[in-house]
Amino acid sequence: MSTQDATASRTIIVEVNGERYEREVDARRLLIHFLRDDLDLTGSHIGCDTGNCGACSLLLDGTLVKSCMLLAVQADGSKLDTVEGLAAGGELDPLQQAFSDHHALQCGYCTPGMLMSATALLRTTPRPSEEEIRKGLQGNICRCTGYWNIIEAVKAASGQEVSVDE
Amino acid sequence: MSETLAPEQAIVVEETGAPQRGWAGQNVPRKEDKRLVQGEGLFVDDMKRHGMGYAHYVRSPYAHANIVSIDVSKAESLRGVFGTLIGEEVAALTEPFFQLATPPGAHIKDYALAVGKVRHVGEPVAIVVAATRELARDAAELVEVEYEPLPALVDARQALAEDAPLLHDEAGSNLAWSGLYEWGDVDSAFAEADRIVKITELHFNRFNSTPLECDGALVEFNRGTGQWTIYTNNQFPGFAAIMMGPAMRSGLDKLRFVTQDIGGGFGNKITSHPQLVAICLLARKLNRPIQWTEWRTDFHLTMSHGNERWFQDTEVAVKCDGTLLGFRTKALDDAGAYLRYEPLGGVIWAQVTPGCYRWKHVSLDFTQVVTNKAPCSPNRGYSRMQHLWFTERVIDIVAHELELDPVEVRKRNYVRADEMPYTTPNGCVYDSGDYARMLDVALELIGYERLAERRQDADSRGKLLGFGIGSTLDSGTNNFGQSRLINPELQFSGNNEVATVKLDIFGEIVVTLGTTPQGQGHETTAAMVVADIIGVSPDDVNVRAGHDSYWNSHAGFSGTYASQFAVTGLGAVKGASEKLAGEIRKLGSVVLGCGVDDLELAEGQVRMKGNPEAALPLMACGAIINANNAGLPEDLDVTLNARYVFRPQFEVPDVERKYGNLTLTYAAQVHVALVEVDSETGVYEVVEYAAVDDCGTRIHPQIVEGQVMGATAHALGAATHETFAYDEDGNLLTPNFYDYHVPHAMDMPPLKTGYIESPSPFTPLGTKGMGEGGGAGIHAVCAALQDALKGRGRPIVYDSFNPYHRVWELLQDPEASRVRVEVVAR
Repeated sequence: MSTQDATASRTIIVEVNGERYEREVDARRLLIHFLRDDLDLTGSHIGCDTGNCGACSLLLDGTLVKSCMLLAVQADGSKLDTVEGLAAGGELDPLQQAFSDHHALQCGYCTPGMLMSATALLRTTPRPSEEEIRKGLQGNICRCTGYWNIIEAVKAASGQEVSVDE
Repeated sequence: MSETLAPEQAIVVEETGAPQRGWAGQNVPRKEDKRLVQGEGLFVDDMKRHGMGYAHYVRSPYAHANIVSIDVSKAESLRGVFGTLIGEEVAALTEPFFQLATPPGAHIKDYALAVGKVRHVGEPVAIVVAATRELARDAAELVEVEYEPLPALVDARQALAEDAPLLHDEAGSNLAWSGLYEWGDVDSAFAEADRIVKITELHFNRFNSTPLECDGALVEFNRGTGQWTIYTNNQFPGFAAIMMGPAMRSGLDKLRFVTQDIGGGFGNKITSHPQLVAICLLARKLNRPIQWTEWRTDFHLTMSHGNERWFQDTEVAVKCDGTLLGFRTKALDDAGAYLRYEPLGGVIWAQVTPGCYRWKHVSLDFTQVVTNKAPCSPNRGYSRMQHLWFTERVIDIVAHELELDPVEVRKRNYVRADEMPYTTPNGCVYDSGDYARMLDVALELIGYERLAERRQDADSRGKLLGFGIGSTLDSGTNNFGQSRLINPELQFSGNNEVATVKLDIFGEIVVTLGTTPQGQGHETTAAMVVADIIGVSPDDVNVRAGHDSYWNSHAGFSGTYASQFAVTGLGAVKGASEKLAGEIRKLGSVVLGCGVDDLELAEGQVRMKGNPEAALPLMACGAIINANNAGLPEDLDVTLNARYVFRPQFEVPDVERKYGNLTLTYAAQVHVALVEVDSETGVYEVVEYAAVDDCGTRIHPQIVEGQVMGATAHALGAATHETFAYDEDGNLLTPNFYDYHVPHAMDMPPLKTGYIESPSPFTPLGTKGMGEGGGAGIHAVCAALQDALKGRGRPIVYDSFNPYHRVWELLQDPEASRVRVEVVAR
């Protein structure tokens, strides 16, 4: 193992939620660690080390990615959207509001990734069927809710009728 | 998708003594949500300190080996590495952790890092601290450890064989703990029986709830005061403190625990005390803040596996009409390599000894052993789930073999509503409930009357339809006196939780809790209880997030575990709120010049009943006591800062008879599943599912339902996909989410939920602890599979874990499972 090569760094420029950052970063640093450790944008989370859990999901130039599966240097020159950018002007985004209304979160650890996957889904499929919602979220693990309320929330955020809780 | 059914006639409401409903009972928006949906929660890995070092563990690649040597010099010489820690230092600086067991388990020596020997793959051997995560990881690879591999013990059933590899030389045996439990008159029950159903072996599988956030800590050491501040996601700081203080030769005032948001726990975050000790030692040694976040693979390799358990030589005494008289069995429990919370699992199951049933005569011979696998610790439904799976499996095997209807057998044997409170054969008291009615609600939800039709329809598509029930209990609010049934020398009993409620200078109502919620919404439900008593809106109540031992709002059993918040936590909140309300009235009577009883609290004021004009706003109360108190009577005993310790009424159990009330409340769950099995491949799908819950009075129905859903999802995962599988050398084959499949959105069946409410007569709010469930989904799927395969040679479902290949095996060779069962007529 050559530690020296692994720590070689370079300067990257990214735009995150509309803000421009120029930083020197280790070549082997993961994008998620760059966001969390270097930029202190800790909304995106880490729940696994194999790319399965989706807690780190975000949009890279509009495309849904798992930011633990990319190196920070691969994001050089990109525009990133993370959970921190969803609410605007002090108002929650409809998805965020629907997650709260439908109790689609408990511990809240998977929620940022879920919201970004749901955001990506609704951009391409504004009125998804239940099957499409399930497919759209299958890259995100939630251990608290069993997904039922998350699916309801996405449905509600897309303007579709859902069964009303008591 | 998911529907809630709550038939009016099924709701049991106590006519007298029922708490007055205000905010309680409503689905108010969760206070936690606003920060969490915006990514503004504060989880342990989110914290940073100037100059902090990142810790990375060096772990054993062997299941069992002597450590010949450890060389950290190459790692330490790497630029950016701050230092290391190895077992020899830990052994010099700390005492082994206190063991709950009697000998031989008591002799086990367990440290924060392996000392001299490793006993499972992934066991921590050394730690490297460096300036970045990446560097720490690289440097960890430079630590050279020489091992002398030893034969591994991976099958608990071999643990007590003469030639079995011995894990702990000091103990001299792989036995962790054993004890015979016997209640009623078992011999007479068998003499009275018409049939004896014998089952040679059943197996409950090893898995856990895998919270999405792994364990972690950020530790600062204050050299001036000798105090450690431990920012962590440990979910039971009371227990961690008791374990860590003596080990670190430190008073508990030197260990400050702080939590805020925790990314799921499910019991799995109770036993991180070895890691916390190691990080504390490093913070002191390296004189800098140390950050440790467990990687997913580390979690799977080392943390809190659920107890694996065998039930051997079971015999069940039954009357021809299906009346259950008693059972005998031997439980063999695999605790893994160390006893971190064990052998408490050896008694916790006894909280639900007869399950939901009227069994009077029970004999259970419990043996727990150590093996070269990851240590077991509490996991949602801890130890009761294993036992409830056993009781449900017994019911369905008896019904299957005696050609009885599983619905009728249950209804005949369930503890009845008119028998509540019901004392079990071992002295536990089921507080309230109506299991038969819950089953009716579940059957209605699932459309049970159309079962025959659905079987035909499935059949026409080449599928086998199966119907199964899981009826379980979620016993909550432990009497820690039960630990004495494991070890009579232990000086624990009862339970407690703390809350403070204060009125501050500008009228702010501030609540602190001793609990460590991981998604259960404590901030919201606590605010609702306060709001109802102080006469304000939950929006006016500020509940501090998390736990901090600087707040003076904790006691020995503080934490969030074992289904108790709605009783202990909210009991403390209610007590503190009432104390504060009393003080506000006392102050009001002085200021307004009237009697205390003439006053009421409403709309943010203390005011005279019938004369709302004579009122004092809460803001004025706060200001008077805190900043404008000249002239107040000398004997006015009012601080507007109320602390209350909730202490449930318990007796110490009778150690000789192993008899006594072990938990305060018994929430109940009845789940029903319909599965369709592909008769060629064994692949199956849950096509209908209903979960009916009764946790007494519900403070926040939506949160309750969320817990029911979560427990259901865990059970369905454990039934079909989730397993910690080891090979014969002790390698974990499922060490991450790639190999360990947890359910995804595509895996979840349609769900219907229902409820009844049987308020607990024993708790301040009529609530019962809930959240864990009893693994009902595992039991329901097992029963449904057995039912589906009935026409294919009548195989017996003998394992809690049934991946498709096992179902295929049952289809191919039903006899192989049938040899486990025998019915003896008398």
